[in-house]
Amino acid sequence: MSNLFPITVTVNGVVYQKEVEPRLLLSDFLRHTLGLTGTHVGCEHGVCGVCTVLFDGRPVRSCIMFAVQANGHKITTVEGLSKDMEHLHPLQEAFSEKHALQCGFCTPGFLMTLIAFLHENPHPTEEQIREAISGNICRCTGYQNIIEAVKLAAIKMNASRENVANELSFP
Amino acid sequence: MKPAPFEYVVPKNLNDCLNFLYQHPENSKILAGGQSLIPTMNFRMAQPEYLIDINSLNELSYIRTDKTGGLQIGALSRHYQVESDTIIAQKAPLLHEVMPWIGHVQIRSRGTIGGSIVHSDPAAELPAVIVALNAKLKAKSKKKERWIPAEQFFTGLFATALEHNEMLVEIAIPPMPAHSGCSFQEYSRRKGDFALVGVACMIALDKNKLCEQVRLVYLGVGEGPVMASQSCQSLIGKQLTSDLLQQAAKIASQNDLTPPNDLHASCVYRRHLAEVLGHQALVQALEKAEKTF
Repeated sequence: MSNLFPITVTVNGVVYQKEVEPRLLLSDFLRHTLGLTGTHVGCEHGVCGVCTVLFDGRPVRSCIMFAVQANGHKITTVEGLSKDMEHLHPLQEAFSEKHALQCGFCTPGFLMTLIAFLHENPHPTEEQIREAISGNICRCTGYQNIIEAVKLAAIKMNASRENVANELSFP
Repeated sequence: MKPAPFEYVVPKNLNDCLNFLYQHPENSKILAGGQSLIPTMNFRMAQPEYLIDINSLNELSYIRTDKTGGLQIGALSRHYQVESDTIIAQKAPLLHEVMPWIGHVQIRSRGTIGGSIVHSDPAAELPAVIVALNAKLKAKSKKKERWIPAEQFFTGLFATALEHNEMLVEIAIPPMPAHSGCSFQEYSRRKGDFALVGVACMIALDKNKLCEQVRLVYLGVGEGPVMASQSCQSLIGKQLTSDLLQQAAKIASQNDLTPPNDLHASCVYRRHLAEVLGHQALVQALEKAEKTF
């Protein structure tokens, strides 16, 4: 057996100190060790995009990183998007309003990919949106409504810029 | 779908890392971005005894120019850093142009230029690009340091000229010739997925606008990057007419390449793509080279 490594990780603003086996994937650490099951796990080899989280503000696939590598870093998961359980983030509202999800399995990955994208591209073109979501697979809704939701989210987020992403760490 | 146990090693600096690699050359793997290595470990196709995590070696993460105007890129520079770097955009436009083709945005957040090169995937973009750019690769071990021309670096399927105790530390790209232009073309099923065929092209013209140098390098058609030598030879010293470029693309696809047959595409289809993409690359590179006059 490998030795345990102590790590200190900030997830959604909360500092966690844990001991992990080096082979523990970051996705499993978030789900099993911290109980943050909003981050989903699909292919476990970096293809489907469903496990996307923000790592120091940039979207990464948590199934192809080890938890031990997150030592000293900041992570944002889908649980960190809204301020509280009562309110949705404008991006989540847009997904709901435009019917951008059916089963919802892929949604956390799309949201975390798009939150970083919209931060960098507040006024995206449709082509840019399509490119941005090319690393995330949806198998039931189809992409059209997701694209519509992103357009709406951009409008919502631009309108309430001061409310958005204040708590997320962007580079 | 979970990796087998391994010893996790975090070297304090490059020397520390090279020392460890020297002691355990056969059963160590270097973890850079991990965007290919960790999936392979998840599948248990790779089960290294020691995993040397170099992510804290900031000394390997830099992008700078040398005295001759060429570029020096530290092996640990991440794809997104290379993609957004203004010096690279200016000095090595081909490298800048290819970056959005590498994986998806999530991959580019973590993946490194050195990692992609040493992984030597036959469908990867960077190997073909650095061969087209005539780059040199600095390999370092505890005992020695040497430069390997990109053209000699890729020795087969997922294989490189690196010895077990060596690691890639820097990629050096020479300055572009005065009247030159580049282009990158690729076709894949879904943008960001592995290429069925891709091609990187660099054309340099002399003062009389005759072809002085041309490098047409394919990916996805062999065990590594494939230089279309006969095609390039057919263009040297000539006025690059539209007919000649068309013919060169045909020579490349018919004479220079032996594309594989696999479930993603047939050999015949890959040859077709190689001709179409090769032609587009030549035409675009020439257009850009002509604009420098």
